[in-house]
Amino acid sequence: MTQQTAPLADEPAGARNPASAGGAVTLTGLGKEYGDFTAVHPLDLTIPEGSFFALLGASGCGKTTTLRMIAGLEDPSGGTVRIGDQDVTGLPPYKRPVNTVFQNYALFPHLDIYENVAFGLRRRGVKSVKGQVEEMLELVELGHLARRKPHQLSGGQQQRVAVARALINHPKVLLLDEPLGALDLKLRRQMQLELKRIQTEVGITFVHVTHDQEEAMTMADTIAVMNAGRIEQLGAPTDLYENPRTTFVANFLGQSNLIEAQVAGTSGDDLLLSVGDGRLAMPTARCVPSVRAGDKLLAGVRPEKISIVHADDAAEVPEGRNKITGRIVDASFIGVSTQYVVNSPWCPELAVFAQNVERDGRLVPGAEVVLHWSPAHTFGLDAAQDIEAGEVNA
Amino acid sequence: MPVLNWVRRHLVVFAGVAALAYMTIPNVIVLIFSFNQPKGRFNYSWNHFSLDAWKNPCGVGDMCDSVSLSLQIAVLATLGATVLGTMVAFALGRYRFRGRGPVTGLIWLPMAMPEIVMGASLGTLFLNMRIQFGFLTILIAHIMFCLSFVVTAVKARVMSMDPRLEQAAQDLYATPWSTFWRITFPIAAPGIAAGALLSFAISIDDFIITQFNAGPATVTFPMFVWGAAQKGLPVQVNVIGTLMFVAAVLCVVVGQLLSRRRKAHS
Ligand SMILES: Nc1ncnc2c1ncn2[C@@H]1O[C@H](COP(=O)(O)OP(=O)(O)OP(=O)(O)O)[C@@H](O)[C@H]1O
Ligand SMILES: [Mg+2]
Repeated sequence: MTQQTAPLADEPAGARNPASAGGAVTLTGLGKEYGDFTAVHPLDLTIPEGSFFALLGASGCGKTTTLRMIAGLEDPSGGTVRIGDQDVTGLPPYKRPVNTVFQNYALFPHLDIYENVAFGLRRRGVKSVKGQVEEMLELVELGHLARRKPHQLSGGQQQRVAVARALINHPKVLLLDEPLGALDLKLRRQMQLELKRIQTEVGITFVHVTHDQEEAMTMADTIAVMNAGRIEQLGAPTDLYENPRTTFVANFLGQSNLIEAQVAGTSGDDLLLSVGDGRLAMPTARCVPSVRAGDKLLAGVRPEKISIVHADDAAEVPEGRNKITGRIVDASFIGVSTQYVVNSPWCPELAVFAQNVERDGRLVPGAEVVLHWSPAHTFGLDAAQDIEAGEVNA
Repeated sequence: MPVLNWVRRHLVVFAGVAALAYMTIPNVIVLIFSFNQPKGRFNYSWNHFSLDAWKNPCGVGDMCDSVSLSLQIAVLATLGATVLGTMVAFALGRYRFRGRGPVTGLIWLPMAMPEIVMGASLGTLFLNMRIQFGFLTILIAHIMFCLSFVVTAVKARVMSMDPRLEQAAQDLYATPWSTFWRITFPIAAPGIAAGALLSFAISIDDFIITQFNAGPATVTFPMFVWGAAQKGLPVQVNVIGTLMFVAAVLCVVVGQLLSRRRKAHS
């Protein structure tokens, strides 16, 4: 097992050793089994201090379990948890320098907002909590509701109390378990920005668990994509999106067209592929498995990278583009763009997103079209995987 | 039909008043007859108004001793049953252990079983174990049947408590000890209080089970009333009855006020 280290977004590599900093989280061989079911396979992971780290995965993939092991609320079956320089594996939760925002907030129902927020300070014997609590309530814009009980707040307000209650302790690491899961879309977007702002302001390491890929991409510096108890891939959002290494990541993070192809040969830095009667090219560097002529491969391309033209205009497609002909089976207009589904003889149901700049009236279901895209936008994946892994729309 | 409509709209009020009357009229009768000066030895028909009984409530025989005994037993039984019952409720609500099923079932037994059967069999048990009937045997019996009520009330509260609240407390630096006293206990408290109040109320007026397990020198208030009723009921019994009623109503009113103030406060 190799040690995966997330790069810190805007810091040169090696500027500091993340593992020795105060708020870095280092997991080594950390795993959890329930009886003979493995919820989390032993994983190695370093989360640098001060980063906004997202743990992304479908329901039941072990995100909460991983988070709870860091918080000390779950005993790992094996491995260690280090926070900064300290091995905390054997420490109970109340001795760890981390705080958690729970999936359903877990606010204390018998205490008012003020006392909820003051709870951590009081337990550590801080004498005068007033100033800090008021300051924290201002930060989350709830100063005027200090004397209300949790059940008298809206979902979004409760969520902010949960964040305030954890943040006030200045933990080295803040763990957030789908804190926005219960909110409606608009509030969710608003709270995403809010959380991001708070994180930038306080500079604490955030470990954010979510199953919403958009949320992970807008908020995090680094995303770890989890699948069935394993981390499939880890990297910056753009890196994960542009260079998925598995079909699960390609399908779970955004949408991908995966085309079954065969390696025909090479040409300079490019790999030549044959798809049925057609030919595609892609950069050899963007191919995950090392392949030889004759090997099978999944050629991937994101729907928004593809251009669509009517078959009558096929001659206008520039040379050197990857081309596939097909017939439109579905077109849905969604305002800023139109989403087409195109069937081609060798690959069914290709998705194409076209910006609505100048709409071509001929592009309706049944029309013959040519799809084309730059070979540089193609990525190659191992063909031995489930091509539909991680697809969200089942 | 405006009249019919008016009646229909206030049906709930009528029902409420009727229920209230049904429940309080016996108590009001007791109250009224505590101001009676009966002709004979029985206080069953109105003669004329008098404050004698109220001026001298302990005037008859050992009545006040029996009231004091009942109070002592009720307080101790409530204490014992509440402490024990709360622990049982936490054990049943929180943990999975061998024998959990049977225990859960047995807890219901004292509530379901006819009192006379339970009183008699407990008496037989004490007799066979050669335990002297008296204060202790009554207390043991009372704790036993109060236990069920406490366990039932507290367990419901414990089961509905989100385990993540305690985890959140621990996550916020609370030791297990302070987690219990600051989170678990306050949240379970209404259940515990309900169980304790019920215990007190049932213990203080229990007659059947007490009758089977009392000694010759331990006469509780219900037993005293029963005994007295055989040969003539003194007015003082009505005084004590009225006081108990007033105390109970006061408890309820204070409880209501407290919870209303807590709500208004928050
Ligand atoms: N106490 C337990 N006993 C047995 N299996 C468990 C237990 N807790 C969790 N699991 C299993 O472990 C797996 C991972 O659970 P976990 O709560 O970490 O999922 P998750 O990724 O947080 O999912 P979600 O997005 O739905 O919250 C699940 O398949 C779950 O069924
Ligand atoms: Mg979860």
